[in-house]
Parts: sequence; C-alpha cells; structure tokens
Amino acid sequence: MLTVNNLYCERDERVLFQNLDFSVAEGEAWQIQGSNGSGKTTLLRILCGLNDEFTGEILWRGIEQRKARQDFNREVFYLGHAPAINKALTAKENLSWYCASRGLTNTDQIKTVLNSFNLYGYEDMPCYLMSAGQQRRVSLARMLLSQAMLWMLDEPFTALDKQGVLELEVLLSEHAKTGGSIILTTHHNLQMDYPLQSIDLDALAGLVAA
Amino acid sequence: MWQWFFKLSSPKWFYTISGQLMPWLATLTTLLLGVGLVWGLAFTPPDYQMGENYRIAYIHVPSAAIAMGCYYMMACMAAAFLIWRIKMADMIAKACAPVGMTFTALALFTGSVWGIPTWGTWWIWDARLTSTLIMLFLFIGVMALRSAYDSEAAGAKATAVLTLVGVVNVPIITYSVKWWNTLHQGASSLSLSNTAANPPQIWVPAFFVGFGLLGFYLIAIILRTRNEILMRERRTEWVDEILSASKSKGQGLS
Amino acid sequence: MSIIKATLRRELLIAFRSPGDIINPLMFFVIAVSLFPLGVGADQAFLSEIAPGVVWVTALLAVMLSMDSLFRADYEDGSLEQLLLSPQPLYFIILAKVSSHWLVSGLPLVILAPVFASMLALPEGGMFPLVAGLLIGTPILTLLGAVGMALTVGLSRSGLLLSVLILPLYIPVLVFGTGIVNSALNSIDISGLLALLGAMLVLALCLAPLAIIAALRISVSL
Repeated sequence: MLTVNNLYCERDERVLFQNLDFSVAEGEAWQIQGSNGSGKTTLLRILCGLNDEFTGEILWRGIEQRKARQDFNREVFYLGHAPAINKALTAKENLSWYCASRGLTNTDQIKTVLNSFNLYGYEDMPCYLMSAGQQRRVSLARMLLSQAMLWMLDEPFTALDKQGVLELEVLLSEHAKTGGSIILTTHHNLQMDYPLQSIDLDALAGLVAA
Repeated sequence: MWQWFFKLSSPKWFYTISGQLMPWLATLTTLLLGVGLVWGLAFTPPDYQMGENYRIAYIHVPSAAIAMGCYYMMACMAAAFLIWRIKMADMIAKACAPVGMTFTALALFTGSVWGIPTWGTWWIWDARLTSTLIMLFLFIGVMALRSAYDSEAAGAKATAVLTLVGVVNVPIITYSVKWWNTLHQGASSLSLSNTAANPPQIWVPAFFVGFGLLGFYLIAIILRTRNEILMRERRTEWVDEILSASKSKGQGLS
Repeated sequence: MSIIKATLRRELLIAFRSPGDIINPLMFFVIAVSLFPLGVGADQAFLSEIAPGVVWVTALLAVMLSMDSLFRADYEDGSLEQLLLSPQPLYFIILAKVSSHWLVSGLPLVILAPVFASMLALPEGGMFPLVAGLLIGTPILTLLGAVGMALTVGLSRSGLLLSVLILPLYIPVLVFGTGIVNSALNSIDISGLLALLGAMLVLALCLAPLAIIAALRISVSL
C-alpha cells in the first residue's frame, strides 16, 4: 500500500535517516522506534505529507504520494501531537466539521463513536471544560470516523488512563485484523495480540558527510 | 533546451561558468560606466530647462529601471523554485532582494537630490517616486520574511510565495499610484524621465551608463549568489577543493 | 457543497463563542477614527476633506489587526494539519474560512463606517461610494491579509512582520477606495472605479486562496 524507497532526511547538519526502505501492506502494524530527537515525528510527518524536506520516493498504491494526494488523504488518518480540537467548540461540533472535511455526511456515527470512547454525555460540552485525557479521546474518535485504511499515529497513548490504553490497544489490533494498517510511534510498552514490525531510526542516523 | 536548463540549475556549473565570465563582465562594466559617466557628466551640454541638474538622471533612471527589473527577476526565480524546486533559483532570488533594495534606495536618493533644486524640496508625492518608495517596501518585506524564518528551506519557500503575490500586485500598485497622482494633481510637470525629446549627445551617454549599471547589477547578483552557493554547498567535495585551494594560495576566493 | 457549509458553520460558531476576536478590531476602528479630530482639530471643512482617507486607512488597519484570529488558533491546536490533510478541495475550505472571517470582521466595519464618516462630516454624497467601496474593498484586504497571516503564523513574533508584508499590498485598494469617494464628491462617475475594484476582488478570490494554501503548507512544516 505504502512503499518508501531510499528515503533520506537531514536536519541541522545531522542525518536523521538514510537509505530507508520499507513497505506497509494491508493488515500490517509498524512501530517506528528511536530515542528522543531521532526523527520519529519527522518521519511520520513526511509519510503523511506534512513535511517535504526529504529526498527519496514515497509511493501510495504505486503512485507518487504527492500526485495522489486526494486518494492518499482519503485513505490515511494522521494523529499528531496537537489534539486538533478547537476548545470553544463541543466534541460533537469538532467532529462534525471533521467528518465534513473528510467528505462524510453520515453524522449519526459521531454519537456512537463518542460513546465507544467513554464520552457519553460529554457530546455537547465545550472542549475547554474537558480533561486532557478526554480531549485525547475526542482526537482518537476521529480515527474511527475517518474510515481510513492506514492510521499514522504519533504517540497515541499520551494522556490516556490505564483503561484507555487497553481499549486503544484492542482498537489497534482490531483495525489490523480487519485489513487496516498502522504506523505508530510510542514510548509505551505495547501489549498487543498482533505482530508488530519495526523501524529503528537510531540505526539509520548518522552525521552529514563532511 | 532541457539539458541547458538542468545545467543551469546545478550550483557547481553556475559557480564555474560565472567565475569564468566575471573578468569579462567586470571589464565591460568598467568601460561602459567610465565612458558613460565621463561623457555624460562632463561633456554633454546642459539642458535648456533644468540646467546641470538633469545629469543625475544618468544614475536615477537606470537604477529605477533596474530595481523594477530586479523584482521581476526575483519573481521568475521564485516561480522556478516553487514549480521545479530548483535550489539554484532560490539562491539567485535571495541575492536579488538586497541588491534590488539598494538600487531602489539609490533611485530614491538620486530622485530626492534632483528634487531639491528642481522642486525646491527633496520629497514630493510624485507618482514615480511614490511607486519607487512602495517598491522599497516590497523588497524590505521580502527580506524581513526570509530573515524571520529559522529554517532556511521554509524561509525560502515562504519568501517565494510572498514574491509571487507581490509581483501580481506590482502592476496594480504602479497603475493605482499613477491614477492617484492624476487625481490629486500634486506633482510638477517636470519629470526626470521625460528624456524622449532629447538629442543624441544626451541619450547616447545615458545608454552607456544604463548598460554599465546593468553590468554592475549583474556582478552584484553573481557575487552574492556565488557566496550563497559556497555557504549552502559547503559540505560537498567540489567546494571543499576550492576552499582548500584558496587557503593554500593564502588569498581570497577567485 | 457540504464542506463549505460545515466550515462556515464551524468558523462562525467559534467567532461567536469568543466575541473578543470580533469586537476588538471594531473597537480599534472606533477609537482610532475618534483620535483624528482630537489630533487635527474639529474644523468641519477640514474634517470632511480628510474623512474618506481617515475612514479607509483605519478600516484597513483594523482588518489587518483582525487577521491574527484567522489561523492562529488552528495552527496552535493542530487543526491546520488536519485541514491540510483533508481529501476535500482545499481551495473551497480556505475560501469558506476567509469568507466567514470577513463576515465577522470586515462586514461590521462596513456597517459602522457611515456612522463615523458622518461624525467626520463626510458630505451626504460621499456615503454611498464609501460604503460601496468598503463592501468590495474589505474582502480584498481580508484575502491579502490571510496570505500574510498564513506566511507568518508559524513564526513566534509575527505581529509587526505581518504589517511590513501586507500593508504595501493594501495600497491599490486604499487608493481606489478613497478615490471613489473623492470622485463622487467631485461629481465624477464612479461606476468604472467600482468595476475596477470589483475586478481586483475577483482576481484576489481566484489567486489568494492558492497562495494561502501554499503558505499554510510551509507554516505547518515548521
């Protein structure tokens, strides 16, 4: 589905990764590993198309990602560090705009998905009244609403309580079992009943050739 | 055609060719400027209307034209950078901004100097001076934006977008200022650039000075671009060779 | 298209829940206009002469100052990333965003302007041209301001930089906007000038969103 050929990226005179090749197929879960500052977030942002400071090739179903932007965006979900939630709006309002921005008109789902994230009764509460964990759940609710095949998740477990972590792990393995794909970064020790493949950025780093 | 294009976009090629071109360009520029300035400032007859004052037009008119041309050149480079991602184009665009700003400032300064004896004041809101002033603002904006970005790459792209937005506006600004000027009837009918009716002994030296200044402009752009190339390509082998060669000679870069 | 409707709805909801963002630029306009008679004297004849310029310049500055609320919050909370990753046509999303911003920041200025113009003793004949000019001109100012804002939203201290970038670009709108009023007061036909301003608006509507998208991509990649 997503193929990466010979990816190279440097920042501040430092090579974050070079000769990076991998391919994510349907039903695969990948974890990007590396120490702080090793470029995990940068790699994810490059893969989802938010950062274009790289050389190499990123193919989406055989077509260059830049040229297949619309299809790519429809099938890929990205969860960044920032919650992407406007605090003046309620959970429902935030999510209904999100659905519209994905071209989805079926807004009945929003309530069901919010319920499944333990946000029953919070639909109409402005997000600034919610706790960090609850806001995180609203962000994560987008993951299910997006109907995307490939989930790119940057530290998805941040701010979640124990119960939330367990539920998210179940969600992730369910997604992979039903043919979806996942690329994620996390410092959390994953307990998933699903095989994980990994990319180790520390092994790919280096200094810029003098 | 494409091969040529590809070559031009290679910093190494630009550096080599511009290095070979430089002595010729410098000689030609010196000749043109020398002949034009001496002829224009010392030997042409004074104007029947403006006396000796008009001679500053030899500097003023070309620098105003070059400043304007510089913005368009910068915009072409910005477009090439955004569309084809040619890094070389951005390096030239980066060189254009301060050079263009200097020429704009020069045009403003010479215009003001000319204004003191002619209009009795160094500044009037004449259409041409006003649009030149706005041009100066545009150059300042471009430079301010680039320096505000920490990331070289992002700053380059942002500046390119701003330059293109600016270039769409330049004709509109020029037209609006001209129209504004006729509405307010402020300026005197004397203008530095009404030289069309002049005899050859006045405009031939102008021709020399004009091309001389153009040469000077190109030299300035090329020198700045060459510096930029060395800065950005400092980790490549060929720049390393040049640097070590110039170090061993114990002199500056050729 | 539903995305246009949804975006308008979202932006207007946000604007009405944090009314300071709407009211402050308006208050700036009101106070700044009131400063002029205090600064230049209350001579009615003189005031009526400078009224078109004063109203236009202050309106222009008010629009510029209102720009900060356009992308700032979305940049900081990450909504801008999601927006750029939307499979829907970005052109229309951006257009809807900028339009709703104009509705809450530009339109109130247009409505308030006649009140303050008459306080500055603008003759009756100048009212319609002033309002018509502002009605066509302020959307152009908002669109250009949005380009500047998109270019600087990722920078930490961008307030003054924005004015350096976009005020020069505002000049044609200012020139024609005040020109329309002055022409009307000198009983010159203004339909041509209004058409010219309209043409500039069409140009801005076509091109500015493209520049905004490009600029936002750069800002988000920081």
